[in-house]
Amino acid sequence: MAIRKNIRRSRWYLYIPLLIGLALTVLPFVWMVSGAFKPQREILSGEFTLLPENGTLRNFADLFTRVDFSSYFVNSVVVAVAVVLGNLLFCSMLGYALSKIEFPGRRALFAVVMTMLMVPTVVTFIPLFVLVTRMGLANTFGALILPFLAAPLGVFIMRQFIGDIPDSLIEAARLDGAGEFRIFFTVVIPLSGPALATLAILQFLSSWNEFLWPLVAAQTEDMYTLPVGIALISAGANTVNYGLLLAGATVIVLPILVLFLFLQRFFIQGISTTGLK
Amino acid sequence: MNPTANAPAHRRRRPAWRRRRALAGWLLALPFTALFAAFMVGPLTASLALSFSDATSRDLRTPFAVGFVGLSNFADLFSDEKFLRAIGNTVYFAGVGVPLTVAVAMLIALALNNGVNRFRALFRVGFYTPVVTSIVAIAVVWKYILEPDGLLNQGLAGLGVTGPDWLHDTSFAMPSLILMAMWRNMGTLMIVFLAGLQGLPAEVYEAARMDGAGPFQRFRSLTLPLMRPTILLGCVLISVYYFQFFEEAFVMTGGGPLDSTLSITYFTYNQFGYGNYGYASAASYILAVAIAIVTLVQFRVLRAKD
Repeated sequence: MAIRKNIRRSRWYLYIPLLIGLALTVLPFVWMVSGAFKPQREILSGEFTLLPENGTLRNFADLFTRVDFSSYFVNSVVVAVAVVLGNLLFCSMLGYALSKIEFPGRRALFAVVMTMLMVPTVVTFIPLFVLVTRMGLANTFGALILPFLAAPLGVFIMRQFIGDIPDSLIEAARLDGAGEFRIFFTVVIPLSGPALATLAILQFLSSWNEFLWPLVAAQTEDMYTLPVGIALISAGANTVNYGLLLAGATVIVLPILVLFLFLQRFFIQGISTTGLK
Repeated sequence: MNPTANAPAHRRRRPAWRRRRALAGWLLALPFTALFAAFMVGPLTASLALSFSDATSRDLRTPFAVGFVGLSNFADLFSDEKFLRAIGNTVYFAGVGVPLTVAVAMLIALALNNGVNRFRALFRVGFYTPVVTSIVAIAVVWKYILEPDGLLNQGLAGLGVTGPDWLHDTSFAMPSLILMAMWRNMGTLMIVFLAGLQGLPAEVYEAARMDGAGPFQRFRSLTLPLMRPTILLGCVLISVYYFQFFEEAFVMTGGGPLDSTLSITYFTYNQFGYGNYGYASAASYILAVAIAIVTLVQFRVLRAKD
């Protein structure tokens, strides 16, 4: 380890391209926040000013008066929270069953779930739309939430993690006469904190950013989620009101960025343990 | 005879707890499996069935009364100029975007792994940031940046270059989307590659250095072959994703100008909007099969050189 450290001495010349790259990477976010506080006149002026000359909260106020932004926000939060909670429960239940309990068909079940890992939404959304319409769920929270409650990725993560819990712990609980559900709630769940955190973050992110399905499933403005609302404002208008859009984008992106900065360990762990977005 | 005389009683007891445990296993699996069957496996199968039918939005009330049309949807698709255009655009987006994203992510990962000790965590977080953001939200921001008098063209003007109207020019719209996708996704691959690079054996590099191998030689004959599985994983992840591109075009170009950014997913979405459910399903299945084939081919090509 000491040798390795010696070999990897700092190379200052690498910092210059990396710093330029980093600045370019972060610039769109800076420009987004800066634009969100600029009055329309300044946005259209075509001048490069990083800080607004006459900073205004008008764009944020417009989000609530000119469009139904509070609905979009509440809908996005409700859907994301429901999707996270559902997946935490259902994926860990199945993960436990698959990794620690012998039951007929478990290998086949796992194989089928994993095959669906890479199936894109675009292949399922049309029958899904027919299904929720037939169930009378069109344009409801049920339509927005139900299709995302069973995420194959979550099963993969939970099965992997629960599989590493020593069998002896579970066997001991069984010998004490505990049933499988009791073991699941009193032994498995308390030991699965890190995996549950990773899963919660991954599911929250993908729900918060999901677009194609809510675009199809939400038909009236009061059921739009944030990305649907913003996208339709952007696509629908003849003259683009960038102040409003940038304020909206800021409200969508900023909470996630803050969350990311505080919980980056879990975010990045999610990527490197599963290798999936 | 004695040992077997005991067996029946023994055997009767074992299945009892075994059966109870298997039942518990199935009960634990049930909620996920039911939702999964209803909202994923079911629709995936139904979508295949729809692609052989003439279903339209008018059949919503009576989904079983649609007509079977065999392969005619597929035949029509391959003579539909718009669809062929969408295939071309999707291949363009992935064909340029995937290698570009992989290369940039690899450069960043190499730089961070070879001689950037201070602030490495800061760089890692910084380059990763775009990955966590909503594509729709950042597409709005990029649209603003790419306006004719937007940030990018002002920067170019500072260098004495007159930038084009990026999103309204048939030859610049797609490169603009690719650039944004690279920006959004390079962080994922950077993390995957960094993890791979950190697992490489230091002794081998030390030996190569002793033998006088320069940095480029070490990269070509050590890093690249050793990293092949990691690069493969990166390529598969990112191409599955790039083949489905939609949101970027929906917000920034609306598929235009003149269909130059219309992707297969966008085409499917539009056909769904027109009510052509059978036709749209067939298009989406072609995309799914294409993704599966590309994944397999990548495994083949990158494995073959071992």
